[in-house]
Amino acid sequence: MLKLEKRPSDSRLMAYLSPLIAILLTLLCGGILFVFLGHDPFAALHTFFIAPLTSVYGWTELGIKVAPLLLCAMGLTLCFRAKIWNIGAEGQFIMGALGGSIAALQFLDADSRWALVPILLAGTLSGLGWAALAAWLKTRFNANEILTTIMLNYVALNALLYGVHGPLKDPEGFNFPESALFADATLLPVFSDDYRLNISILFALLAMVAIWTLMARSWVGYQIRVLGEDAKAARYAGFKDKQLTWFALLACGALAGLAGVSEVTGPLGQLVPQVSPGYGYAAIIVVFLGRMQPLGILFASMLLALTYMGGEMVQMEMTLPKSLTGLFQGMLLFFLLATDFLIAYRLVWRRQPASHSTTASQA
Amino acid sequence: MTIKKLMVAAGLAFAASASQAEPLNIGFVYVGPVGDAGWTYGHDAARKAVEEKFGDKVKTTYVESVAEGADSARVIRNLAQKGNELIFTTSFGYMNPTLKVARKFPKVKFEHATGYKQGKNVGNYMARAYQGRYLTGLVAGSMTESNTLGYVASFPIPEVVRGINAFTKGAREVNPDVKVKVIWISSWYDPAKEREAAETLMLQGADVLTQHTDSAAVIQAAEAKGKYAIGYHTDMSAYGKSAHLTSTIHNWAPLYIAKAEAVMNGTWESQSLWYGLKEGVTDIAPFNAAVPAEVRTLVEEKKAQIKAGELQVFAGPIKDQQGTERVKVNESLADDDLKGMNWHVEGVDSKLPEA
Repeated sequence: MLKLEKRPSDSRLMAYLSPLIAILLTLLCGGILFVFLGHDPFAALHTFFIAPLTSVYGWTELGIKVAPLLLCAMGLTLCFRAKIWNIGAEGQFIMGALGGSIAALQFLDADSRWALVPILLAGTLSGLGWAALAAWLKTRFNANEILTTIMLNYVALNALLYGVHGPLKDPEGFNFPESALFADATLLPVFSDDYRLNISILFALLAMVAIWTLMARSWVGYQIRVLGEDAKAARYAGFKDKQLTWFALLACGALAGLAGVSEVTGPLGQLVPQVSPGYGYAAIIVVFLGRMQPLGILFASMLLALTYMGGEMVQMEMTLPKSLTGLFQGMLLFFLLATDFLIAYRLVWRRQPASHSTTASQA
Repeated sequence: MTIKKLMVAAGLAFAASASQAEPLNIGFVYVGPVGDAGWTYGHDAARKAVEEKFGDKVKTTYVESVAEGADSARVIRNLAQKGNELIFTTSFGYMNPTLKVARKFPKVKFEHATGYKQGKNVGNYMARAYQGRYLTGLVAGSMTESNTLGYVASFPIPEVVRGINAFTKGAREVNPDVKVKVIWISSWYDPAKEREAAETLMLQGADVLTQHTDSAAVIQAAEAKGKYAIGYHTDMSAYGKSAHLTSTIHNWAPLYIAKAEAVMNGTWESQSLWYGLKEGVTDIAPFNAAVPAEVRTLVEEKKAQIKAGELQVFAGPIKDQQGTERVKVNESLADDDLKGMNWHVEGVDSKLPEA
């Protein structure tokens, strides 16, 4: 008989295998889905997952989506490792975009690249400041950060809408909710004029290395991990949990803010109401899919970015509906949660009569 | 010699027939899902009309639910790269991305809906939906008993403000006591919020509703409470058999067919088109049986006058909410003023959000 049994300790192997199994199951079920839709499953999966990456252009576009995801995800890792459930990367991202845009609009006549420095700084600090609110509420009033960060996301969104509909609106824009286009000098440098990919991908990779070093090699990182594993033990060891909370949230806010300002000074080139297609929320999925490990998170963000691009591709090539993107993301998450169960549990095959014979021999 | 000549001739003939058989590829970028009604549905209906009209001579591709942020440029560029020679981008937020992509694909023609910028190979187009709004306002003003109309609106941009003003103006022409209450829901498509706003408006006394959002939730809410409603974008009668009085509708087909033909003939040029009742791009849906004959006659009369160019919707005298005269007698608002409209006419009972 097949039985579930709790493992004596969590399986490290399964922790790494489960995302891979989840991906395979997603591909399998996706293939079956395509068959039912009347398409060759291999050709369809090829269009979804491979075709977007068969050109340099495809890879640069992937990079554009990976950069903000990775920046937000690295910040969130820091929080989640300390078991600080910051759901507010979205709001911090938006505030970064908003703060950065306010700065960029002061430099509309700029022709020096140096103008980018205060703009990026303004964006980063805006994200940091937004996270500081949640940190203050948590450390001062012990307010649940899940609730405060979610609510602050909505406040940020409304601040953004106020900005683009109000004082930041392009005066020559016929009242449409968009800012003026930023000066060319205040846009992030691109690697080649043929592509949109800009240096924000370097910020993201740098952040990845920095957070990895911090978590794996530093005293602060060690304290954060202990705080996450066992808050009481951390306090007993004399770690200052409030300071650690401040640190994790501020760092996350700064990274998400940087992601936000990189988006407006990058592919957008202006502030628009739809500045975030939900990067802050998608980053939460990325962190868990990537097992809170830097390389895992990098691959997870690439995979998630790819599902968006693949969804566009199958629409164009095979006139399949957009909902496929959501379906694939949903399946991926569902299977991940399902296979994660195998980290703490295992399936064992046990013969019923065996236990019967033991009782018999005892008698 | 002769064989060679023959082969060349055959080759030329083949090349000629191949180029003739090569269809015109047309791409469409939609902001929402196609669905059964609403803004995107209207554009897709026009896409189908183009296919029907030209048959094998065109091949259309569309991408739906394209977010108006940084992703849209990739979709537009992919469509251009895949050989589409004419690309329609059908939401305001695609304006700057369309212009950016267009610079990289000088041979491809782009058409952007509802924007105000143009390029060498980028034209723009819009519907004079306010003309339909004015006509439906005449209907609403005649049908209301509480003299209170409800309007569920998305964002305070000129296009929406213009619609509210035209609707109010129409309603007050037949019923000077009418007030129009507006609720802004800050979304183009959110059936739950749309419905909630509709319920609130009915609680405030509104007995004829309309909306500038994409779903039919407002019609359904009115149907459930036994009130009247007027649809937008497409004929929404299916969502409220007794509630739905009429709808302001867009019919992009004539415009899309003309543009496709222009590209085929090599006569395409970058234009800024604002088509309305006259060109058939704006219209109103068939009336509900509840609309009395004299109201129908009045609406048809005004419609004919607008079509003939005898009647301007925003003809003076027009006062704003504060009572200041904005348009004098015998004058009317120019297109440029309409395109930047950011004030409400007298009779709109809600404040325009700080914009």
